[in-house]
Amino acid sequence: MIAFDFPAVLAEWPLLARGLGATVALTAVSAPIGVGVGVACAWARLHGPRGLRTAVGIYVELIRNTPFIVQLFFLFFGLPGLGVKLAPEVASLLAMTVNLGAYAAEIVRAGVAATPRGQIEAAHSLALNEWQTYTRVVLPPALKRVWPALVSQIIIVMLGSAVCGQISTPELSYAANLIQSRNFRAFEAFLIAAGIYLLACVALRRLLNWIGPRFIFGR
Amino acid sequence: MVEFSLWDIVRNLLLAGRWTVVLSLIAFSGGAVVAAALLLARLARLPGADTVVGLYVQLFQGTPLLMQLFLAYFGLALFGMNVSAWVAASVALTLYTSAFLTEIWRGCVNAVPRGQWEASAALAMNLGEQLRHVIAPQALRVAVAPTVGFLVQVVKATALASVIGFVELTKAGTMISNATFRPFAVYACLALMYFGLCYPISAWSRSLERKLSGHR
Repeated sequence: MIAFDFPAVLAEWPLLARGLGATVALTAVSAPIGVGVGVACAWARLHGPRGLRTAVGIYVELIRNTPFIVQLFFLFFGLPGLGVKLAPEVASLLAMTVNLGAYAAEIVRAGVAATPRGQIEAAHSLALNEWQTYTRVVLPPALKRVWPALVSQIIIVMLGSAVCGQISTPELSYAANLIQSRNFRAFEAFLIAAGIYLLACVALRRLLNWIGPRFIFGR
Repeated sequence: MVEFSLWDIVRNLLLAGRWTVVLSLIAFSGGAVVAAALLLARLARLPGADTVVGLYVQLFQGTPLLMQLFLAYFGLALFGMNVSAWVAASVALTLYTSAFLTEIWRGCVNAVPRGQWEASAALAMNLGEQLRHVIAPQALRVAVAPTVGFLVQVVKATALASVIGFVELTKAGTMISNATFRPFAVYACLALMYFGLCYPISAWSRSLERKLSGHR
């Protein structure tokens, strides 16, 4: 008979709470910056000068075709070989931002590319310059079109942050690992952590679906 | 003191790359079988299938793959099974893959117009015949590109198996880096190797998408 001991894990709730806090913080910082990078890259890929277009294309393909854990290890273990030492938290944030930026670039680009030409022509005939046209006419409906995909991508990055525990960033999966190394209740610890991730995932989706229409692209 | 050349690093990574490929194929084919079974249960309207499969998908898409790997590794051991990293990684990745594939394929089946179901039902076809002669040929066309695209995700997902001690590309990279003290070269090679594995599949998926959507 298998005997589970969930109370032994739940007794360590301060560790879990701090871990969840760190996961939330990592996501809260990397998500807006990552989406910002994505928007900038989407612009660069569609309207930028030729060299920039190629550079962004290489960045997007390189990130989208390598695993997140390898990107993280490269930043944390690889860069010190060149003399650049990053703290685990900084490496995690950077990896998450860079990762999200590449995916967001592709998602936003798809939204921007679907803009009807007439809208841009109308904006120009109203004497809006390129910048105004892009930020006020093209971007809001483009973001609205791709918001569900963007939300899913942000959630994937939040779940992906579980890997950051591997370079000793003290986030939720790291806390679970710490607890199981103390009381040997590995299955219970990871099951509870997975449950917390699931709840965080549902909450984040609701939050972003609420934020989007109100603050990002208007109703 | 042994000197390691770049070729030593690349050669050993390539050797380990075999296991990334094998694990990807296991996860993908196993996942495809489970996903097809789940989809069939939904299409056959088995009582409760919709709820159960929906929950299953939410469970695997809403938790980190890393937790799933740990749970498979420690959970199977609870049942007295002697789990190797091979078994745990295969089981976790198969279930993870199936949750995504079943959702992708359901979308493809839903893309077939309702009238096709009704027309084939009016011809007195049963579910098996409807699927075989009417629905599957049309749904498969739509499904090819996203399925191949998801294969890239599977290859990348296998990198996480390194965490439970499965020696594939990433784990080998860590070990080689520890032995050679050349982390920058090793991790750069590692990333390029994944790129070399995934980029052709991405490009293939994209060309399939263009080809299949162009024939309308």
